Amino acid sequence: MPEAAFAAQLPPSGHLLVALGAVAALLALAALGVASAHRPAGRPLIYGGALAVTLVAGLSALTAIAAPAAGMVLPLGIPWIGTHLRLDALSAVFLAVINLGGAAASLYGLGYGRHDHAPERVLPFFPAFLAGMNMVLLADDAYSFLLSWEFMSLASWALVVAHDKEAGNVRAGLVYILMASFGTLALMLAFGLLAAGSGGGYAFDAMREAPPVGAFAALVLTLAMLGAGSKAGLVPLHVWLPLAHPAAPSHVSALMSGVMTKVAVYGFIRIVFDLSGPPDWWWGIPVLAAGGIAAVIGVLQALLQGDTKRVLAYSTIENIGLIFIGLGLALAFSANGFPAAAALALTAALFHVLNHAAMKSLLFFGAGAVLTATGTRQMDELGGLIHRMPATAVVMLIGCAAISALPPLNGFASEWLVFQAVLLSPDLPAWGLKLMVPAVGALMALAAALAAACFVRLYGVAFLGRPRSPMAAGAQEVDAFSRAAMIALAATCVLAGLLPGFVIDALQPAVGGLVGETMPAQGSVAWLSIIPVAESRSSYNGLLVFAFTALSALLAAVAIHRFASRAVRRAPPWDCGFPNASPLAQYSAASFAQPIRRVFARGLFAAREKVEMPPPGALTPARFSSSARDPAWAFLFLPLTAAVGYVAERANTLQYLTIRQYLGLVFSALVLLLLVLALWT
Amino acid sequence: MIEHAITPNLVFDVAHMFAGALVLISFLMLYQDRLYALLNVFALQAVALALAVAWQAYAQDAPHLYVTAGIALVFKALVIPVALHRMVARLGIHRQVETAVSIGPTMLAGIALVALSMVVMLKATPAADALAREDLAFALSVVLLGLLMMVTRRNAVSQVVGFMSLENGLILAATGAKGMPLVVEISVAFSVLIAFIVIGIFLFRIRERFDTVDVDALDRFRGGRA
Repeated sequence: MPEAAFAAQLPPSGHLLVALGAVAALLALAALGVASAHRPAGRPLIYGGALAVTLVAGLSALTAIAAPAAGMVLPLGIPWIGTHLRLDALSAVFLAVINLGGAAASLYGLGYGRHDHAPERVLPFFPAFLAGMNMVLLADDAYSFLLSWEFMSLASWALVVAHDKEAGNVRAGLVYILMASFGTLALMLAFGLLAAGSGGGYAFDAMREAPPVGAFAALVLTLAMLGAGSKAGLVPLHVWLPLAHPAAPSHVSALMSGVMTKVAVYGFIRIVFDLSGPPDWWWGIPVLAAGGIAAVIGVLQALLQGDTKRVLAYSTIENIGLIFIGLGLALAFSANGFPAAAALALTAALFHVLNHAAMKSLLFFGAGAVLTATGTRQMDELGGLIHRMPATAVVMLIGCAAISALPPLNGFASEWLVFQAVLLSPDLPAWGLKLMVPAVGALMALAAALAAACFVRLYGVAFLGRPRSPMAAGAQEVDAFSRAAMIALAATCVLAGLLPGFVIDALQPAVGGLVGETMPAQGSVAWLSIIPVAESRSSYNGLLVFAFTALSALLAAVAIHRFASRAVRRAPPWDCGFPNASPLAQYSAASFAQPIRRVFARGLFAAREKVEMPPPGALTPARFSSSARDPAWAFLFLPLTAAVGYVAERANTLQYLTIRQYLGLVFSALVLLLLVLALWT
Repeated sequence: MIEHAITPNLVFDVAHMFAGALVLISFLMLYQDRLYALLNVFALQAVALALAVAWQAYAQDAPHLYVTAGIALVFKALVIPVALHRMVARLGIHRQVETAVSIGPTMLAGIALVALSMVVMLKATPAADALAREDLAFALSVVLLGLLMMVTRRNAVSQVVGFMSLENGLILAATGAKGMPLVVEISVAFSVLIAFIVIGIFLFRIRERFDTVDVDALDRFRGGRA
């Protein structure tokens, strides 16, 4: 390594040492998990330890956001290069998100893990997975970044196939590991291009010194979108999410969906905003397009699913789309000379990262609680859980409202900020962006509306109405640890929604480091409002909305009880002359989605409905079935696998050549290479 | 080498002559379609190799190369040809004509290969000194001709001979480069010897099982397309 790289090395800080200590402690817990998996004390030991470590690391990272960047070189890894570590504001933001999400998952796992029939397949990998994600965020050279990235992928793969006896889980693991390898390959190529620009230095510092130019930069952007997008779930690289997230145990699903996708977002931000130099004017366009498509396709697919965890996995794709829209806007504004607007868009994206981590973890915990209580993930076998599981029902209601972007919760605050950035787009000089950004804004509005429908459906079918199966009728509220984890996350959602100004202010060091400008300070605005651009344009006050909502609801309730009737009466509803209707006559998940399925899903998703009517007099019941496909499978992956199969079939003849033909192959390869050398040098 | 009584020009010419002789003998081997004749030519090539290496030892003033020359002379010119000779006699295949591609095209391909290796080497090594350059070009030719021999022959014995001749080219290249340690040469010689023993054993095993040493027969037994 050149001496200059060491001379410019940042000093280490206490925060960095805490983060490193956390990684070491998590790895030690992983080793401990191997040793103690079969003992009854293993579960509380591992999850309790992971809870303590991630809590400390998360709080330390929270305070590290405003601290100056710290760095360190450890003499590990490739000789002469070593392992470069760095903790700046951006990695601190993501470290906080990951470790606090990890702490919630560990707390939940304390209770949820009790029902695991094969703890030895989960306990060692859970802390290893957390350690891998932490290492990605600390890495400051391409080698350790890719190594940690791959470590994270493999640990989470092991968790996906933990329950390998259940149908489909092994296939989910296969699809996941293929997509993860593809993503790592793309990132490796991206880093290769970045390192080539800096004369082969693999440290990020060297890459920052010599950012790629022209076609190289475009290639780096594409590869970063492929690599990070395949991990985050951008369409059409999203196919592994709805398979792998439901397959893992619920607290791991929460980590993978709520937290690991954020590591992918971090990778994208690190490569595109930090290492690739100043953006070109058009860089925002592909990112915006990918984000808009992911948002709409993700939420439409979520509406078509009948499995609670699959709904949540597809909803993750939608939210990743929203985050990428924010990032695309930030790129577009930053490249066209509007750093203040870029700061707004980037803040919105980072805020949504935080929010989505909280609410998606909460929703997966809720789905896991329902799974524990009823033994099923199928919405059509649930119903009426609000009576049997009141605490879970309340926190799930908060989670569903938050992810549907209802004020005064946190989902609204961040999506509102993204829209504020969209509304600034008429200032952009390039016509392509001027036309594109409002279109993406429209897609986003559509996605937000559909997300509300999706979560009304999820909550209504699972928690309201009457139980559709004996399992749902006999459900029991989950244990205290799981409830505590869910309540903590729900409180986070409410707090971040009521007081968005403080969150926005806390994010500014990371934003300022990336786009060179920060949003105006929100903490000093009167009445805890937030004013993203100017008071004349827009402002939002979560507390006010909350107070208004609460007050008007209270008034309405009081008025109804006061002026209508005080008495609570229980009476059968009007039943069209069919008393004691079966619970199966309620709206089902499929019937609730039918209008949207018919309007939106006929073409692209090829949604079809089939009704089998028995002939008059026959005693068989009528049957209704609906089907839909994922266009990514139909148009991309199935043709791709068919092509691979075809080539493999053709190449199979190579297994049956004679010895002389093999020698001939070697010989002609040698001669060909020599010919190339002779003709081209 | 300056202090030698013989002028550098003569050193170069003699080394050139021996290396050229190796290439020429490779062509001779390509031309043989009877096994005994092939083995005789192979022994002749080994003698030429020994002379070439010995001349390098003298020219570079590197006495350990004499050991290499000795190894080449004893093993490649005597032991291996005699052993192969006896093997062919015991297998009773000395009358077989066994070229897969006829002689004419093979010779033409060989000429093209020599031209190719000349072009590649002269282009790739403009900085090296002339002796090493020429030596490397000839050595590459011998290697390629050995490979060509392995590809165009059907009989396992002549494939072994092709392999040995390829190895002759490697030794020629190695000794042309100055400063090659003796250990490397001895280990190369040993590995060739062991390869020879292994191949010899396999030949008899193949013969025992399939009643022929025609490698195409092996493919027929394997279910491939011959």
